[in-house]
Amino acid sequence: MKARISLIIAAAFISVAASAQIGKPFIHDPSTIAECDGKYYTFGTGSGGLISEDGWSWESGAVRPGGGAAPDVLKIGDRYLVGYSATGGGLGGGHAGRILVMWNKTLDPNSPDFKYSDPIEVAHSEMDEDCDAIDIGLFLDPTTGRLWCTYGTYFGAIRMVELDPKTGERVKGNIEKDVAIDCEASTMIYHNGWYYLLGTHGTCCDGVNSTYNIVCGRSRNVTGPFYDNMGRDMMAGGGKMVIAAENRRIGAGHFGRTIVTEGVEKMSLHWEADMDQSGRSVLAIRPIVWVNDWPVSGELWQDGKYAIVSQRRGYALELAVDFVRLAGGMRGFGGQGNDTVISLEDQKLEDVIGGWPKGDIEARIGDIMYRPHQKWSIEAVQDVPGYLGGQYCKIVIDGTNRALAAAPGAEVITVPEFTGAPEQLWRIEQLTDGTYRIMPKEVPGAEGEFVLISAGDSTPSLGKFNFESDNCKWNLKKW
Amino acid sequence: MKIQHLVSSMAICLFALLVCSKGASAQTAMSSPSIDEYFTKVTTASVTPDSQGFIRRWTLLEPIGKPNRSNTVFVDTYIREAFATEYFPNQMTVVPKDGDKVKVTVEVQAPVNLTMGRPQQQQGPAAPKFEKRTLVWHSLDSKRFNVKLFRFATGLDKDRYGVVFWAVTVINCEEDLNNVRLAVGSNSASMWWIDGQEALILSGDRRMVMDDATSKRISIPKGRHVLRGAVINGPGMSDFCVRFIDEDGNPVKNYTITTQ
Repeated sequence: MKARISLIIAAAFISVAASAQIGKPFIHDPSTIAECDGKYYTFGTGSGGLISEDGWSWESGAVRPGGGAAPDVLKIGDRYLVGYSATGGGLGGGHAGRILVMWNKTLDPNSPDFKYSDPIEVAHSEMDEDCDAIDIGLFLDPTTGRLWCTYGTYFGAIRMVELDPKTGERVKGNIEKDVAIDCEASTMIYHNGWYYLLGTHGTCCDGVNSTYNIVCGRSRNVTGPFYDNMGRDMMAGGGKMVIAAENRRIGAGHFGRTIVTEGVEKMSLHWEADMDQSGRSVLAIRPIVWVNDWPVSGELWQDGKYAIVSQRRGYALELAVDFVRLAGGMRGFGGQGNDTVISLEDQKLEDVIGGWPKGDIEARIGDIMYRPHQKWSIEAVQDVPGYLGGQYCKIVIDGTNRALAAAPGAEVITVPEFTGAPEQLWRIEQLTDGTYRIMPKEVPGAEGEFVLISAGDSTPSLGKFNFESDNCKWNLKKW
Repeated sequence: MKIQHLVSSMAICLFALLVCSKGASAQTAMSSPSIDEYFTKVTTASVTPDSQGFIRRWTLLEPIGKPNRSNTVFVDTYIREAFATEYFPNQMTVVPKDGDKVKVTVEVQAPVNLTMGRPQQQQGPAAPKFEKRTLVWHSLDSKRFNVKLFRFATGLDKDRYGVVFWAVTVINCEEDLNNVRLAVGSNSASMWWIDGQEALILSGDRRMVMDDATSKRISIPKGRHVLRGAVINGPGMSDFCVRFIDEDGNPVKNYTITTQ
């Protein structure tokens, strides 16, 4: 019985490690993640928020005055605009609310420059009008430099107003516009000529029973109308799903987008309840994948066995060892004979490993054949700082400790033993087109970021990431 | 982010006992928008569906108090029982006229204090208090595709939260409507009947989304037919939108809508 309990605990731990931020990522209504002086920040409902050194491990410590609900943060120039809402009522009460913004030069509470300006009201709702002025979302239009603010809840309309990006104040004469109903926690993003309005649908604040989910509509105009994939206006409740519950993580809400670099985007959100963390509301970070110009949640890689297949040619990353033929071979094309149809056995590691060199072995890319020299075990490495939304892993030939490693000269090899050295730690991130980039934590003798590339159809190497090139992209095929 | 408390409907009743004066509207509001912003009185003999096929003419009964502190309780069993409860005579057959009245026993609710937020929670159990009220049917044309029940209630200075709404309309088909679907969005849960036959149920903590749920394919023969709906809501907004759609999801509009 004791052993069984241990197994259950271990399984739960692996699940947490693979899918959830670590530390104390407890927050509700997180603001879009902001980076400041090498650290990551997000604020939540109430006061304060979370800080992370690496984007993977989070602790409380962010400081935001004003309390209230559902803040947002946007860096404009060298300052941070922080918005939040002061609210009084609620679903069963009144609907007076105030949207407030304030500036700070830094988000680091230990910095001498850390000082919030006095809050400015940019929008409000009266006690009983068809709007609930809370849940601010800030959006700086990359095409025009104009600053927009959306707010509102299920009670009435999501509204947008225009702010002055220099002062944060409401643009004089600007009249609020209704852009959606039936959602809350709205925000906007831009992609490929489209403006997207995102909102959270479903039931909030009900723990493991919350049905929160994030939906969106899009428009060619910044002020809408925003339509979903069925052509429904968000003013009629339309919304295409971006992310909903995952297994054991319930209730996705409060979308925020972080662009890491071209082709690498992340969404921040909270789970209403993480069933592996006492059902508490926690911060989550997921890759954004764009499908037909619609944003959807990508996948975090999970511990497992994979073929690592190049996007360039569709070949598999492998050890440069002799190809060992399976018994059998040509059986003819005809339907001769009445043999019983049987299942052939896979080639096994022990069938081939004896012929492999003992020291370093070059890496290669070859015809995908699902053989032991192409079977990689990817496993998270604990107690190593991570990166935004992810943790480093080791990539070893399954059944062995032979590890993929960056080598001097920005090349890639395999070493007989995984030691945990930084050149053996890999960062795997899903890209916006659904493929993955695979990056060593360090490259001996080289500065800067490198990714695993296809130098040729059959030759792996390391190089600079270029989202436009299939050389930099890989697919993980579950074994 | 809106916080919903999962407290039984009984919890607020003691407060109601303490605060509500008998016969007064339980959830009076300050500065609510006028009902005229959302509805007009019916002044024409008939109308057609709007350009998207939505039915905007309805005869609505003033809300029946049925306190719920959360909409998450509206599972199928709950709402079937809630709507199977007879609140007034001929509930499933009446085609009311504007101004018709019914006597209904309602559960008294606490007033909503819009400046202080949600009704205060009670300490300890309390027995609900009921009283007889006279509720009026109102024949209205909605100014919007969605029928804003919440504003119907606030506009008449009636209970706005924890309520059941009944809605009736009549459709007149000059030809058979074959293989159409009744398409409904409602906030919160609702049930819908055509000529007394159940067509659709929307359970759970619903938001009103256009074409959220549809009936199975139905054929409505030429002639007069009664469309009836009931919507239940706890806290928050309450509204519905109803139309018929064809096999391709396009609106069906070749009929007229009357109150009788």
